[in-house]
Amino acid sequence: MLSFKLALRNLLGAGLRTWLNVVVLSFSFIIIIWTKGILEGWDRQAKADMIKWEIGGGQFWHVNYDPYDPLTLDESHDRIPAGLISSVQPPVPVLITQGTIYPGGRMLSVLVKGIPPEQKILALPTAKMVSADGEIAAIIGKAMAENAKLDTGDYVTLRWRDRNGTFDARELKITGIFDTNVPTVDVGQIWIPLAELQDMMLLPDEATLIVTPENAGPGEATEEWVFRDHEFLLADIESIIRAKGSVGIIVWLILLMMAMLAVFDTQVLSIFRRQKEIGTCVALGMTRGQVVKLFTMEGALHSVLAAIVGAIYGIPLLFLQSVRGIKIPLESSDFGLAMAEKLYPVYSAALVAGTILIVMIVTTIVSYWPSRKIAKLNPTEALRGRIQ
Amino acid sequence: MNNEPVIRIKDLKKHFPSGSGRFTALNGIDLLFSKGEFTGIIGPSGSGKTTLLNIIGTLDTPSEGEALILGRSAGSLSAKESAALRKSQLGFIFQTYNLFPVYTVFENVEFPLLLQGVESSQRRKMVLDALEWVGLTDKIRSRPAQLSGGESQRVAIARAMVKRPAIVLADEPTANLDAKNSHNILQTMEKLNRELRTTFIFATHDEKVIGYVRRKIFLFDGKVAGDEIINKN
Ligand SMILES: Nc1ncnc2c1ncn2[C@@H]1O[C@H](COP(=O)(O)OP(=O)(O)O)[C@@H](O)[C@H]1O
Ligand SMILES: [Mg+2]
Repeated sequence: MLSFKLALRNLLGAGLRTWLNVVVLSFSFIIIIWTKGILEGWDRQAKADMIKWEIGGGQFWHVNYDPYDPLTLDESHDRIPAGLISSVQPPVPVLITQGTIYPGGRMLSVLVKGIPPEQKILALPTAKMVSADGEIAAIIGKAMAENAKLDTGDYVTLRWRDRNGTFDARELKITGIFDTNVPTVDVGQIWIPLAELQDMMLLPDEATLIVTPENAGPGEATEEWVFRDHEFLLADIESIIRAKGSVGIIVWLILLMMAMLAVFDTQVLSIFRRQKEIGTCVALGMTRGQVVKLFTMEGALHSVLAAIVGAIYGIPLLFLQSVRGIKIPLESSDFGLAMAEKLYPVYSAALVAGTILIVMIVTTIVSYWPSRKIAKLNPTEALRGRIQ
Repeated sequence: MNNEPVIRIKDLKKHFPSGSGRFTALNGIDLLFSKGEFTGIIGPSGSGKTTLLNIIGTLDTPSEGEALILGRSAGSLSAKESAALRKSQLGFIFQTYNLFPVYTVFENVEFPLLLQGVESSQRRKMVLDALEWVGLTDKIRSRPAQLSGGESQRVAIARAMVKRPAIVLADEPTANLDAKNSHNILQTMEKLNRELRTTFIFATHDEKVIGYVRRKIFLFDGKVAGDEIINKN
């Protein structure tokens, strides 16, 4: 208690020197919490969007289906198992094939996905896939629309190969364009009614994957259908976000190092310049152990002050951002994963407490290290200020 | 009245390592100090005054012989015990004042009481009393950088006296002061010596200090070369 009081007195008495260190330290507090909060918010949002737009409560995949190898699409489809269809909220079968569209004389390779227009599980506006007899209605994402220069009401030719390998072509009518943060349902994709695609492919009642409703619980796998849960389907996002996050980690590591260097430097300088003071403390009745404790406490208290200063400007700043969101000036498609135009950082109590704890521990170690020297100081020489 | 000596030094020697051999700074000192003395240890630079004061102040230990400070043997005290002795019974005054630069005058004088764990309101009263003794009650919020040399040394005296120690050790306390300030602080210390019966021991070669002391111990080359009691009325 005494050393805490004296340390605080010494620290506050030192004025500007203290506050410079404290401000640098508080920056690293805020940057650590900020970057981690953004990553956490991004992670949550991206996952929520993926669930909403693409994966629902998990998917049954045909055993041969591999989204990274379009060539397998020809072999990865089968009849939809009867047991799945009859649940309260029916699962959504999706049939996938490759095709080519020719918008404005250009040629674009696409994934054609058939989905029941009446489905309720995914946010895709499949109800917009209505058209006059003989026309095939299609919906596409905003990024796709921009890339292909297609608008609602436009017609575009689709060419595909059916199950026998025979090429065929039909006109599609774009009946809806949707705005999503999930590029994997948007870029290079075209959605049409499942029944139409099954017809076109000569694959009645077949699908490539089956989206289950949320909270349906783990599905039962069969030989033909493998259940892919959230953990599996969201793994890509997690690894991408973690990779993007490493930049943030490097930034805060540098900041933390700078702050620690400043504290360390102050400590070393203090002990060198304040030899007489140390000698006087001993003459007035402190043991050298007490002086070591006092100096360590002084250094460590930088981080306490930094937490307070950081809170003063950090809490309003971070709070405002978590409520109003941060505008991201990038197209989500550039990132290759779901990314909203606005991110809402998430700051957990554990994150804040953990960060403060880590910085305090590191600061204490960095303060203690040079202070140990005091324990070996000869008080009579310290009083003369003769130690190098 | 009380003739039991507060300090008893017997055949005290202090060697310092020097090159391949050793240097003897104190070479067989025998001295007794009684309670309430106002004594100067007088000698040229390098004669061993500071070394002797450091041993009396338990900041250093004898190489040979014995130094009993208030009945405790300076050579056999643990670090904790000697710190406790300094904390309660010994006051130090330095040539360079050694005030804590970031503390106010009040906080500097308060420091020894904080170490002793004196309770806050009692502490305040004692600090103000001590500042009253040295005539600095109007400067309690100043910092050392705002004080003159004489004022600084008076703060140092208040800091040494605030805990009412048995012994005050003052190493060349006037060396950085002009004549007027020197007389001023010597008069202050003389008054405190009379009123509180604190034992004062000075290390000095300053004629002004020598003019005030009631006992002169002459030190030369680590040996006592003379010991005179001056009768003043
Ligand atoms: N720590 C030390 N190491 C080596 N020599 C020392 C040390 N302290 C004092 N001395 C030597 O002891 C002698 C007496 O020093 P000191 O007691 O400081 O003298 P004074 O205070 O009378 O000027 C000097 O020659 C000094 O160089
Ligand atoms: Mg000296």
